[in-house]
Amino acid sequence: MSGTVGVVAARGPVAFGRPQLPAWRSHLHGSDLAWSIAFVVPYAAFFVAFLVYPMIYGLWMGSDPALYAELLRDPRYVRAALNTVALVGLAVNVQMVLALLLSGFFARRRRWIKALLVIYILPWTLPAVPAYLSFHWMLVANPQGLLDNLLSALFGIEPVFWFSHGWSALAWDIVASIWKWMPLWTLIFLGGRMAIPQDVYDAAKVDGASPYRCFVHVTLPLLANLYLVSTLIATIWTLGDYAPVLFVSAGTPAFTSDVVSTLGFHYALDYANPPLGVAAGLSVLPLLIPAVVLLMRRLKAMEVQL
Amino acid sequence: MSGALVSARPRRRGHDRLRRALVAAGSAALAAIILIWSLIPVYNMFLVALDPSGHNEFSWEIWPSHPTTAAFTTLWTGDEEDVRDIWPQFGNSILIGAMVTVLTVLVGSCASFAIGRMRLARDHTLTSVALLTYAIPASTLIIPFLRVMHVYGLMDSPWAVIAAEVTFATPYAILVLLYYAKLIPAELDDAARIDGASVVQLYLRIYVPLMAPALAAVGTYALLFAWNDYFYQYMLLASERHTTVAMALEQFFDDDDAPWNYMMAIAILYSLPPIAIFFALRRFMAKGLAGGAVKG
Repeated sequence: MSGTVGVVAARGPVAFGRPQLPAWRSHLHGSDLAWSIAFVVPYAAFFVAFLVYPMIYGLWMGSDPALYAELLRDPRYVRAALNTVALVGLAVNVQMVLALLLSGFFARRRRWIKALLVIYILPWTLPAVPAYLSFHWMLVANPQGLLDNLLSALFGIEPVFWFSHGWSALAWDIVASIWKWMPLWTLIFLGGRMAIPQDVYDAAKVDGASPYRCFVHVTLPLLANLYLVSTLIATIWTLGDYAPVLFVSAGTPAFTSDVVSTLGFHYALDYANPPLGVAAGLSVLPLLIPAVVLLMRRLKAMEVQL
Repeated sequence: MSGALVSARPRRRGHDRLRRALVAAGSAALAAIILIWSLIPVYNMFLVALDPSGHNEFSWEIWPSHPTTAAFTTLWTGDEEDVRDIWPQFGNSILIGAMVTVLTVLVGSCASFAIGRMRLARDHTLTSVALLTYAIPASTLIIPFLRVMHVYGLMDSPWAVIAAEVTFATPYAILVLLYYAKLIPAELDDAARIDGASVVQLYLRIYVPLMAPALAAVGTYALLFAWNDYFYQYMLLASERHTTVAMALEQFFDDDDAPWNYMMAIAILYSLPPIAIFFALRRFMAKGLAGGAVKG
């Protein structure tokens, strides 16, 4: 419905008889209007009471420019900001590319592949805290940790202290984050591939297209929008995701594998400076706001297509 | 020409066979990598939970040499100081998870019904507003949340956690539901209206039954969200009687002498409910997720 409205709006109001209502005016009247509003009230109440109010309060807490000067003077913050960019950039892009490729593997209609898919999505269904704690124990319990023992049994490698360098600790946070979230995006791309009509591929095959060319010229363009929207959502979520860092590396050694969100908790809790913690969290807004605006525009564009 | 075809065929067939063998070998290798990658942390949980000492001494064995379910039995009987409160903690986690699921489905379905079916406003008005939820990271909002919950008198109440989690789970639920709602023909509503159905009846008799798969998907998503959360529970709940399993696991993590076999046994038990529900509703999940996403 709104699809037609969108198309009409895109073409301009000239040739079409039905006047376009402004966004705030509804075609509903009387009890229908009252009931429809009543149906939105619960969500509106949650939105205002538990989102708008804390959001404004948070912006007010972090509004003092001196806080940001203090952040920039703190070498731990600079490191955490770089770590955040590395974590989001690597974790999101690696899991998206792998998920896109693996969705092709899982799209084949074989029974054993379906069974494998069930195991593959297990990490996504596992709760974050136990899964990441298992990662931590696998790596840190030197010299008994599973990974070190496997490496020494298979290749004779000496136990590695994974969490004694900021960069290797962060690398494992990234791996754990990819492990946890890649299945979700694989499922979404799998759904996207299933929605592509088979005759498009049949037509490409008749024209002599190789599987590679089918992927590049059929699958990729048709999934491009879904890929972009998924990447944006993953970026937004990963920017606020404290769990891998908090439970896998715990910021060790000496805050060098912390990201902005976990460092914010340290400021707020361990150093009893909540405004500085909020300021650290708000400092990702220059990355976050473009992603949210782009996502809004993509979703709006999708509606016009529908 | 026919001669060329005859001579070309066997070579072609051999080429195909080789290619098929390569593809099969590649698939098998990929499958093995996927299996190991997905299962190693899970395997590690069992390895530690079944180890008698609570320390995993891996010595090129696929399974501990003296596996014991002692950790699970101790959890059941509650004999050990560390795990005495584990069942009330499970109760707290289940209460929060169940309420977040129910409220997210209820609130999300009502809002998506009013916008998507009654067309109270244009779709993207609501989706844009809902997406604003993600404009500030959830982790940053926790600190102002403390103050806000104080104002509402909800400090140290499970309802504070439930409210926070519903607020963050609902926007995604609405996105999925709005796209799914478009698959139901509008004529159904028109026909029901001619027969004299009220708005509430449209919601209860048409929207909810037809949207059931999407609602199941959205509900499972909300449950996973609540089960994944740790920090809202940690920050908003203080007293021991409200402690959840996620908080208990973190307490183990902080304690250097903590018995890791209990911790991993709890981790395994805590992982079971979402896995069971997810796989019970798997068909709906795949559809619901795709329903929201594929339209793009």
